[in-house]
Amino acid sequence: MKTSLLAATAALMLGSACMASAEPVKIGLITTLSGGGAGLGVDTRDGFMLAIKQSGRKDVTVVTEDDAQKPELAVQIADKMIQSENVDVLTGIVWSNLLMAVQPGVVAQGKFYVSTNAAPAALAGAKCDPLYFNAAYQNDNLHEAMGEYANKGYKKMFIMAPNYPAGKDSLTGFKRYYKGTVANEVYTQVGQTDYAAEIAQIRASGADGVFVFLPGGMGIAFMKQYAQSGVKTPIIGPGFSFSQDVLPAIGDAALGVKASGQWVKDLDNAANKAFVPAFEKEYGRLPSIYAVQAFDAAQLILSASSKASVKDAKAFAAALNAADIKSPRGNFKFNTNRHPIQDIYVTEVVKENGVLTNKTVEKIFTDHSDAYAKECKK
Amino acid sequence: MTFALALEQLLNGVQLGFMLFLMAAGLTLVFGVMGLINLAHGSLYMVGAFACAAVAAATGSFWLGLAASLAFAAGAGALMEITVIRRLYNRDHLEQVLATYALILIFSEGTRWLFGSFPLYLDIPPLLQGAVSLPGGAQYPLYRLAIIITGALVAGGLYLLISRTRLGMRIRAGESDREMIAALGVDIRTLYTLVFALGAALAGLAGAMVGAIQSVQVGMGEPVLIFAFVVIIIGGIGSIKGAFVGALTVGVVDTMGRFLLPQILTLFVSPADAKPMGAAIASMLIYLVMAFILAVKPRGLFPAQA
Repeated sequence: MKTSLLAATAALMLGSACMASAEPVKIGLITTLSGGGAGLGVDTRDGFMLAIKQSGRKDVTVVTEDDAQKPELAVQIADKMIQSENVDVLTGIVWSNLLMAVQPGVVAQGKFYVSTNAAPAALAGAKCDPLYFNAAYQNDNLHEAMGEYANKGYKKMFIMAPNYPAGKDSLTGFKRYYKGTVANEVYTQVGQTDYAAEIAQIRASGADGVFVFLPGGMGIAFMKQYAQSGVKTPIIGPGFSFSQDVLPAIGDAALGVKASGQWVKDLDNAANKAFVPAFEKEYGRLPSIYAVQAFDAAQLILSASSKASVKDAKAFAAALNAADIKSPRGNFKFNTNRHPIQDIYVTEVVKENGVLTNKTVEKIFTDHSDAYAKECKK
Repeated sequence: MTFALALEQLLNGVQLGFMLFLMAAGLTLVFGVMGLINLAHGSLYMVGAFACAAVAAATGSFWLGLAASLAFAAGAGALMEITVIRRLYNRDHLEQVLATYALILIFSEGTRWLFGSFPLYLDIPPLLQGAVSLPGGAQYPLYRLAIIITGALVAGGLYLLISRTRLGMRIRAGESDREMIAALGVDIRTLYTLVFALGAALAGLAGAMVGAIQSVQVGMGEPVLIFAFVVIIIGGIGSIKGAFVGALTVGVVDTMGRFLLPQILTLFVSPADAKPMGAAIASMLIYLVMAFILAVKPRGLFPAQA
């Protein structure tokens, strides 16, 4: 009895002491650190931790775990982090199918989720939630940008994506803005490594441009095989097919490819000019888009936690929503569905000092949001 | 559909078939001779690709890399056989599956530990860059032709090795009765290690050749392994001839299915539905073929005599 009273008093004192400054925040970072998709998860983690390190905040702790790109494992880790490690905010999942499995449980238990990459249409529209924020984009955005870009010089496009929800969203997003003719629409297998059959169809289609969405290893395989095929039709695609994590493996075959991105390494703003060298100095490589998105997610959580207590969900959500950060992307604010409103650029793969990277060609969308915000009623 | 496109697709199917044959030959040899299910065969494919990429990056020569891939995969295979696999011959298949699955995890994380999480770069040698013209006006990548030729040479070499040499005779004898050839004084342990290393080298060769046109990354072996299992089930487990016919069947059926099915379906349903539906059915097609062949010939097309 005596000890429990003592403990209660101590807890009360601790509570009041913390109210004076900011409430400590515990963040659960679940991302893919093993298996074929680990490159994306490593960049996510490193970008996130860079922001935490730069802030020097002692009241923010991060626990990291590997989801091995498996939905069932990600759900278990999220539950464990919430129930036994008492995390306040979860983040870090790369893949839309994993997020779709994890997000409902997280918000149902009253915890925040800030997405560093995955952004399926459902969570931006009808299934949006006041505790769910997306710091990256909405899945369709970069494809929409390429659809808009293709209007400028391509009359007949061959379009291709893997046969899974994000792949279908991709081609839907592209067609939402593209006004020319679609010569052929091809769905490939997820994880497919040989694209000879598809390349032969591109050759036969008579298209004057090819749009491909093939993230990770799929894109590497396709680009190398395309370069050898003798087909010269220009390739365009969303930024993640030609992001910094895959460019070295594709090699010179990627040179000249036009892609879209809400961040480019050479963007001219102060936050970006500080971020790129800081990341390079810390990890010895160039940052990818995933690193930037995670860096901003961490900045958002840091900024919100210095303004409001994470235990007060309403105040914390409002503080997150204010998006009081200096993003390397430049303009960044949240829409009514808590997804970004941001500029989107067209980029080109170039070689700088022997390293393949992307440079900005033009800004294609200013303050671009997504097509699902009006379906979000919460 | 033009003749040129059909020819190109047929060649693509044959090329995929020869690549699968290199994988399946080792798998089926090991199963036929030692009665062992080796799930870690895909890891040897990955070892070959990583060895080739690393040596090619260090020396600048793809050919040295290719030699290294053979050496490293054979070495890894021999090491695997001596340390782990040897203890599994007398166990049942479930325990073999468990142990070799563990090997997949060890190889994958070991490779990540050595090379990191990002895919490696491996390019086609300058000699094989570019495309050649085919009759009918089609163009075909020279490198893919080289894969077809290599696969054909390996198939011929394996045929000669197994039917014409003393080692081949022992392999065939080991397949039919392992106690008897041990009783006749053949060093069965060394024979097993040799066969295992040979299978591993072929997988490593496939990994290195394919690595140049795909992505050299951790976990690259597992999708191919599933294909290779389909091949040896269709061909009849333990039969090199079966592996050859099975590999070409799977290669051609898979490529043609991906190409033709979405087009055929547009005749019946709206194009918007036909494309994803055709792609989905195409990805099942080789398994449907496998199920059909198993229904007609339960032991595969060319069952090894046992």
